[in-house]
Amino acid sequence: MSEEIDILKEVADQEYKYGFVTDIESDVAPKGLTEDTVRLISSKKNEPQWLLDWRLKAFQHWKTLKNEPKWAHVKYSEINFQDIIYYAAPKKKPELESLNQVDPELLKMYDKLGISLEEQKKLSGVAVDFVLDSVSVKTTFTEKLKELGIIFCSFSDAVHEHPDLIKQYLGTVVPYTDNFYATLNSAVFSDGSFCYIPKGVRCPMELSTYFRINEANTGQFERTLLIADEDSYVSYLEGCTAPMRDENQLHAAVVELVAHKGAEIKYSTVQNWFPGNKDGVGGIYNFVTKRGICKGDHSKISWTQVETGSAITWKYPSVILKGDHSVGEFYSVAVTNNHQQADTGTKMLHIGKNTMSTIISKGISGGVSNNSYRGLVRIGKNAHNARNFSQCDSLLLGDRCGAHTFPYIETSNKTAVVEHEATTSKVGEDQIFYCNQRGLDTEQAIGLIVNGYCKEVMKQLPMEFAVEAQKLLAISLEGSVG
Amino acid sequence: MLSIKNLKASVEGTEILKGIDLEVNAGEVHAIMGPNGSGKSTLASVLAGRAEYDITAGSAIFNNEDLLDMVPEDRARKGLFLAFQYPIEIPGVNTTNFLRTSLNEVRKFNGLEPLNGADFLKLMKEKMKVIEIDKSLTSRSVNEGFSGGEKKKSEIFQMAILEPKLAVLDETDSGLDIDALRIVAEGVNRLKSSDNATVVITHYQRLLDYIIPDYVHIIYDGRIVRSGDKNLALTLEEKGYDWIREEFGEMTES
Repeated sequence: MSEEIDILKEVADQEYKYGFVTDIESDVAPKGLTEDTVRLISSKKNEPQWLLDWRLKAFQHWKTLKNEPKWAHVKYSEINFQDIIYYAAPKKKPELESLNQVDPELLKMYDKLGISLEEQKKLSGVAVDFVLDSVSVKTTFTEKLKELGIIFCSFSDAVHEHPDLIKQYLGTVVPYTDNFYATLNSAVFSDGSFCYIPKGVRCPMELSTYFRINEANTGQFERTLLIADEDSYVSYLEGCTAPMRDENQLHAAVVELVAHKGAEIKYSTVQNWFPGNKDGVGGIYNFVTKRGICKGDHSKISWTQVETGSAITWKYPSVILKGDHSVGEFYSVAVTNNHQQADTGTKMLHIGKNTMSTIISKGISGGVSNNSYRGLVRIGKNAHNARNFSQCDSLLLGDRCGAHTFPYIETSNKTAVVEHEATTSKVGEDQIFYCNQRGLDTEQAIGLIVNGYCKEVMKQLPMEFAVEAQKLLAISLEGSVG
Repeated sequence: MLSIKNLKASVEGTEILKGIDLEVNAGEVHAIMGPNGSGKSTLASVLAGRAEYDITAGSAIFNNEDLLDMVPEDRARKGLFLAFQYPIEIPGVNTTNFLRTSLNEVRKFNGLEPLNGADFLKLMKEKMKVIEIDKSLTSRSVNEGFSGGEKKKSEIFQMAILEPKLAVLDETDSGLDIDALRIVAEGVNRLKSSDNATVVITHYQRLLDYIIPDYVHIIYDGRIVRSGDKNLALTLEEKGYDWIREEFGEMTES
C-alpha cells in the first residue's frame, strides 16, 4: 500500500516538477523514460484516456523489471534506457533532387536487388512526381479493401476510428507484462499497423506489398495488431528487401495476431535492417515480440521470415494453438555474416485437440557471426493427438562462425507426436568448385547454394517478393568465406 | 588449342604429375588412359583449376593464354569444360536455372547478351534432341538423387548447352551400363566439330569403341609414357596394364 502511495506521489511530483504542458510544444522529448515521457507520447497522439492508462500500467510494470533478458545467446554491452529519445516527431527526410545525391553504396544494393528506378528514388527520398502510378495504385487498392470491409490503417488511426476493436484485442496475445521489451513497447509504442478482416472475407492482395514505401518509415517501437475474423484469410507482408538504415539502434516491436474460427493468417517478414559494418560497429538491435493465437477451431497462422539484417536479432514468432484442429507454422531463414548475432526461433503452444505445428528453420552463418535457433514446442495436457514436426538446419560458411540449436520440447499428453530433426552442414568446397567450373564465381556459387538450401522456406514467400529475397540472401553473404 | 609442357603438380607435398607434355589441336579427340593412381584425374583437376593442387613446374597454354594463371571460373568462361567423374549434388537448385545461370555467365564474359527464359528453353529443347536425356531431370535439383548414369548424362547435357572449346571428360564411362555409355558417347560424338577438342580420360578401352580417338596416351606414374593412335588402346586392352608396369617399373610409392 505504502509503495502505491509512493508511486502516486512520485507521479504527482514529476508532473509538477517538469511541467508536462510545455513539453507538448516541443517535437522531441528529452532523453530518458519517465512517466512524463509516456504521457507526452500519448498526448501527442491525442489518445483516449483508456489507452494512456494502459501505457502507464505497462510503464509501472517496466519499472519493476530490473534487467533485460539475459538468456539469449547474444553478447552486447548493456543498453542505457535513459539515454534513448522515446518520442520525436517524424522527421522529414531531406528531399534530394536526384539519385546522384544518394549514397552510392545504397544504390549499388538497390541495383543488385533489382529495385526499379522509380522505387529507388522513393526509397531514398528523392522527390518524385506524385501523379505516379503507385499513388493511384494505392488509392485503388484502399478503395477495394474498403468495399470488402477490410480495415487496414495505422495503429494511431485505428485508435480513433475503431477504438472498440483496439480495446477488445490490444494486449490479448502479448500482454504488457509479457517480457522486458514487450513491456517497454507497450509503454512507449510510436505507431504501427492495424488490420481487421471481416467474417468470410478473403483479402484479395498481399497486404502492405503495395505500400512498402510507406512502410519504410517505421518507428522504433512499432506495434501491429492483425485480426482475422471467422473464415477469413489474409496474407500480410512486413518489411522490405531494400536496405534499411535507421539512426535508432534499439528496435522493440510487438506484433499480435488473432485468428478466429476457420481463419487463416499468413505473415511474412523480410528484415534487412543495417547489420553494422564489417568490424561489427553499429547496427540495429532488433528485439521483437511476435505472437499469434489460433483462437477458433480450424484456424491457421503461418509465420515466414527471412532475416538478414540487424546486428542482433532476438525474435521468436510464436503460435498459441488454442482452437481444436488449429495449425501453426514457422518457416525461417536467418542469415548472419561478419559480426552479426541472431537468436531466433519460435514457440508452438498446443492447447487444443488435434492441433498441428510445423517448424522449418534454416540458419546460415558466415564471417565470425553466431546464429542460434531457439524453439519451444509445448503440448498441453488436453491437446490430444497434437502433432509437431520440427526441422532445424544450420549451414556454416567458413570456419570462424557458430551455429547453435536450443530446442525445448515439453509434452503433457501421451497421445502427442513430436518429431525433431536437425542437421549442420558446411557449404562444400566441392560444390563451389563445381559451380566455378560452370562459369560462376564463388560469391554467385554461394548465393546459389544457399538459396537452394533455403528453398523450402523461400517458396513460402509471396511471389513478388521471392525473387528479391533470393537476391538479398546472396548479397547478405558477400565476403562470408575467407 | 592446349599445349602442356613439363607440367608438375603435387598435393600436400606429394608429387602426382611428374612432367606431363601434351598437345591438343582443334578438331582432335585425345584419349588418356592409365591404371588407377597414375595421375589421370589429377591432370583433369589441375586443368580445371582445383585449389588443392600445387603446380610446381611447367606450363599449360590454352588458346594462347596461360591457363594456370586463371581462376577456375575464367577457365570455364573461356571454353574449358570438365565433365566430373563424380558430379556434385546441389540440393534445392533447379537444374534448368543452374544451367541458364551458367550459360549466361559464360555469354556475359564473352560479350554476348544473356538468354531470356523462353530462348533458353528453346535451346534446351534443341540440345535434348542431341543428347538423349530424360526431360524430368532438368526440373530436378542439380544431380540430387540422380543415378550414376543420370549424373553422367547430365554432365554431357551441360556440355552440349555450354558448347566448350575444350572438353575434358574425366572417367565419364565409369559406372555406366552399356545403354548409358552409348548415349553419352553418341552425345560426345555429335558435339564434336572442327573447332573444338575433346580429352577423354578413361580406364577402359570400352568407351573408345564408341568415341574413336585420334590419339591415345598412356599415363603412368605421373608421366605420359606412350602415345599412339587408337591401336594403342587395343594393345593395352589385350596386354593389360601389367605390360606397362613391366616396361616402366612399379610406380614410386606415393
